[in-house]
Amino acid sequence: MPTTVPLTWYLILSAILFGLGVAGFLFRRNIITVFMSIELMLNAVNLSFISFSYKWRQVDGHIFSFFVMVVAAAEAAVGLAIILTVFKNRSTLAIDEVNSLKN
Amino acid sequence: MEFIILSFVKAALVAAVLLTLAAYLVWIERKVLAHIQLRVGPYRVGPHGLLQPLSDLIKLMTKEGVMPAQVNKFYYLLAPFLAVFLALISISVVPFGTEVEVFGIKTYMQLTDVNIGLLVILAISAMGVYGIALGGWASNNKYALLGGLRSSAQMISYELPMSIAIASPLLMANTLSLREIADSQSGFVWGFIPNWYIFQGYGTLFIAFMIFITAAFAETNRVPFDLPEAENELVAGFHTEYSSTCFAAFFTAEYINMVTISALATHLFLGGWHPLFPEPVAGIVPILIFGSAGVVLLFHASQTSSTRPWDRYTFPLFGLVSLGLAGLFTLPMLPLPDVLLAIGKAIHPLFWFAAKVGAILFLYIWIRGTLPRFRFDQLMKFAWQFLFPVALINMLVVGLIVALR
Amino acid sequence: MDALLFLFFALVAVGCGINLVVQTHPISSALSLIGVMGSLAVLYLLLGAEFMAMAQLIVYAGAIMVLFIFVIMLLNAGVERKKGTSMLVKALGVPALVAFLGMVSYLIQRLMPGTENVTFGAFQGGTVQAIGRKLFTEYLLPFEVTSVLILIAILGAVVLARKEI
Repeated sequence: MPTTVPLTWYLILSAILFGLGVAGFLFRRNIITVFMSIELMLNAVNLSFISFSYKWRQVDGHIFSFFVMVVAAAEAAVGLAIILTVFKNRSTLAIDEVNSLKN
Repeated sequence: MEFIILSFVKAALVAAVLLTLAAYLVWIERKVLAHIQLRVGPYRVGPHGLLQPLSDLIKLMTKEGVMPAQVNKFYYLLAPFLAVFLALISISVVPFGTEVEVFGIKTYMQLTDVNIGLLVILAISAMGVYGIALGGWASNNKYALLGGLRSSAQMISYELPMSIAIASPLLMANTLSLREIADSQSGFVWGFIPNWYIFQGYGTLFIAFMIFITAAFAETNRVPFDLPEAENELVAGFHTEYSSTCFAAFFTAEYINMVTISALATHLFLGGWHPLFPEPVAGIVPILIFGSAGVVLLFHASQTSSTRPWDRYTFPLFGLVSLGLAGLFTLPMLPLPDVLLAIGKAIHPLFWFAAKVGAILFLYIWIRGTLPRFRFDQLMKFAWQFLFPVALINMLVVGLIVALR
Repeated sequence: MDALLFLFFALVAVGCGINLVVQTHPISSALSLIGVMGSLAVLYLLLGAEFMAMAQLIVYAGAIMVLFIFVIMLLNAGVERKKGTSMLVKALGVPALVAFLGMVSYLIQRLMPGTENVTFGAFQGGTVQAIGRKLFTEYLLPFEVTSVLILIAILGAVVLARKEI
């Protein structure tokens, strides 16, 4: 058994996680789960950023994923506030029931 | 191979000491609280209730573990496991003393030294909220749910001022390794003021220390910030539905978190294992403390009252133990073989570290006996409108001081 | 050892990712996501990104996900209600995803055939010092812009969370 794995495996893992995120985004109806699928996609992208950072021995990839994290934090704050407001007005979390402009 | 065996031995030692300490911390807390309220506290089990933790343990282990109906079993059982696991794991990067040499093997009194040790502790304590939140949610009980909600809101809010307060000593030390932080605080100013960070920065680091301690109280859910388990509002908060071993796990996790965060405060602000006094005095202080305690106990052994018959045996016993400890601390001053000398050298930093951690733990109990509980909106207001801005401004001032140094 | 760690945590990550998608209760999904984030942090450590690993745990697992769990608990979100899914989606969805991922994996292997193996400790550039130096010199402007972004996010959250809307 080899003691190390090629860098491509990390990238493939990142692709798999991204695909799962897309699947969750498309399949799920709960708005919070949809939001979490987006977070999963962002995480997958971070992994590939850091893998490429390892490949080129440059720290820039880390900085990029750092910024991704900051944007994700800001997004979570606003997004969850929107979810709270939607739930207050429609008292449902299913995204296909939130489909009319008027209540 | 040697490294693995050494790590196992150290891990077993640290876990054993930590769990025993957590159990006895309960006893100490009950005793100190009792004396604050002019009572005697636990007294019946063993001399002065010293075996109380053991009997508590037996009681908690042998009680029936009631699983309420309609709970989510997996998460219900995962929560206490998670809490105690995360509490135990964060102690692994905390150093307890300097380098020791036992049977020719040189090792640090620490499980592992990572150069991002502080970040590891912050990360694990940030994860610690899941045990409580999940336990509160999985219990299927409105009081437990409220406790879990309060806990997650409180922990997010107080993490901010705590992290900012931690940044001040980091600016001075320029490293994230806890051992290097402690080592950078050796020495004395003008020969008698210790070079600890709490005394530096013209008082700004003292403010940082106060902010850190306040936030640490909230992070460990202790009075006056124990809203998640406020018994007059929420029955018992997040652990209302827990009994037996699961309850014991939450309880242990809380006390271990207290120990960890006290050790962190000691390393960041109070100079780690560096003594309070310059060298000749520092070597004598532990001998003086333990020696005088032993002499007092032995003196009282001769005049016990008839209402406390056991004192005739326990007082001399503990007196002799204290004198023995005092003798242990005299070891480095005597001409002895190297093995004993090494033990003597290792035990002094350990004493100072334990003394400082003990002082902060005593502060925890003291405040529990003194202050009433906050209301929840006051708690949030305090975090966001007072602690956070003060911490921010304080860090700016510390940065200015470091830049102009 | 590196290979074992990678395989174990990669399997945990993929397993938790699948669990996120198939679970119907939001709390289960959230905990699965935390599992993914934790195992990704270990993989970051293997890739020499020690600061990013800890930031992943502190920011993602310790703050963002706590917020998610807080909201799920606050809204008392229950099990997702089943709606009639079309048979086409059920029959073709999973095979299509697998085929797509297989294609992407093949492409990655083709594009980077001779990439080195990942050894722990080969890349030492991910220290806090290195990231700090880069962040406050070369990337200072994006960093400052981020602070404005966060300020706007705070304002937005405060406005949205008020009672009147």
